[in-house]
Amino acid sequence: MTSSRRNARIGRIGLYVLLVWICLFFSIPLLVVISTSLKSSDEVRQFSIFTLPAAPGFAAWIKAWSSACTGLNCGGVRVGFWNSVRILIPSVIISVMAGAVTGYALSHWRIRGANIIMLLLLFCAFIPYQVILYPLVKTFSTIGIYSSLPCIVAVHIVFGLPVMSMLFRNFYAGLPEELVKAARIDGAGFWRIFAFVMLPMSVNILIVATILQTTGIWNDYLLGLIFAGRDNMPMTVQLNAIATTSTGIIEYNVNTAAALLTALPPLLIYFVSGRYFVRGITAGAVKG
Amino acid sequence: MAAKLALAPTILIMLCCYYASVTWTVYISMTRSFLLPVYKLAGAAQYERLFATPRWQVAYGNMFLFGALDIIGTLCLGILLAILLDRSVRFEGIFRTILLYPLSISFIVTGLTWQWLLSPTIGVQHLVRDLGWTNFVFDWITQPDRAIYTLVFAGIWHQSGLIMAIMLAGLRGVDREIWRAARIDGIPTWRTYVSIVLPILRPLVVTCVVLIAIAVVKSYDLVVAMTNGGPGFSSDLPGKFVVDFEFERANIGQASAAATVMLGSVLAIVSPYLYFELARRNR
Repeated sequence: MTSSRRNARIGRIGLYVLLVWICLFFSIPLLVVISTSLKSSDEVRQFSIFTLPAAPGFAAWIKAWSSACTGLNCGGVRVGFWNSVRILIPSVIISVMAGAVTGYALSHWRIRGANIIMLLLLFCAFIPYQVILYPLVKTFSTIGIYSSLPCIVAVHIVFGLPVMSMLFRNFYAGLPEELVKAARIDGAGFWRIFAFVMLPMSVNILIVATILQTTGIWNDYLLGLIFAGRDNMPMTVQLNAIATTSTGIIEYNVNTAAALLTALPPLLIYFVSGRYFVRGITAGAVKG
Repeated sequence: MAAKLALAPTILIMLCCYYASVTWTVYISMTRSFLLPVYKLAGAAQYERLFATPRWQVAYGNMFLFGALDIIGTLCLGILLAILLDRSVRFEGIFRTILLYPLSISFIVTGLTWQWLLSPTIGVQHLVRDLGWTNFVFDWITQPDRAIYTLVFAGIWHQSGLIMAIMLAGLRGVDREIWRAARIDGIPTWRTYVSIVLPILRPLVVTCVVLIAIAVVKSYDLVVAMTNGGPGFSSDLPGKFVVDFEFERANIGQASAAATVMLGSVLAIVSPYLYFELARRNR
């Protein structure tokens, strides 16, 4: 074996060693949280979170789900889970459809100022939430829906609109113009073309958009905290409240189980839908 | 006509919820508003007070400190990972899956997890002491002058995958002829990356820097879950400062001024980027 060959082989091995080490760094936090959530309360008190559970069990998971306390409410994170589901479903459906219609109208219908509208929308995507929180709170209380389910759904639609519109507009702009032209000659109008020509062609981008919005809205904390109100507190807000409650002994096994339960839906979506998820996340990276 | 009608709600939301709201916030930041909005202009009084507030000075400084370290760390690790995976490794799918999963986890869960990992009572310090180094100390998260650095660990862990994904796509798009030419000239692989391939991908690297920088200016959840701005307000960030002043202290004048500074920071990052990016695409 020549020396350059040997060097190449050493380089290859070094490459894999480095990759495995970095992957360890990436996976340790999740593994530690999983292992801690399977411990008993005694074990958590005695050892560091890095020791493996002696007798793994789901007691902490059950407690986190059904009886963990936020202040005086001891209903577990299932309360937050169902709140998040109730917020998620209408928010995702409406914001994805609104983005699709906007993107379609801005790409295949020669509307004057379409480019200016796109540029204005693009800037919206960069605006920090903090800049417009207070005016929105004022507006919603004037209308009389502040701190309610419709309020948080409306807020998610507003904040999803710029990125959703851009996502769909970029996709539709890549489709041939003849599609719409031919349909128009056949006498189809704006909505008919959208429903029967565009939507059937948009399955992929619809999946990307839905995944992006689902993980984004599920993981949201700030908007849920400000706009949802006490009765609709999403899971992330409840989790943070449970984990930062400092009365009595901190039950790390219950807290880690609650954190895992909160992280589980987006993690499942990620593991099931890999490539779509990455496409969405790179397209929506400006949001938030 | 139907198209214009369909666009109307979007335009209405955009103008009312975004542009009118931004205008309102910026305007309020130039008044003497405190608990309630006052509409008489008062120049830069709020800003003078804001920058004289110790807590804001810490939060604003932290943004640059956290930002610089987070950008450098995330960018270096992300590019390194992209290059490693570009060397046609086996099991690439598995590596990618592990490196990208943090992106699907919320900043709240990320922050709590890293808070537990770095906590002196149950985390790394406890582990190392159990291994025999009984005097080992790693309590940055409880030290006022160190806590801000712990956010960087979590930030890098969460965001590197994104940079890797973007850069890997870029690396795969580089003309294979360039690699052939470099090999014929006997240029070592690492040299080809540093001197030829990465300079070609410079626009993409700039995009990555802009993305991370914007995320830094906006960060809120992570610091809330990990340190809650503490100890004291030593790891505070502008995003948390605004929310606290707006909703806990009910000082909308100061909150609006701070929010306007956040907006200015984002614009200072985004505007030149968009300008050059659009100019480059039109060329």
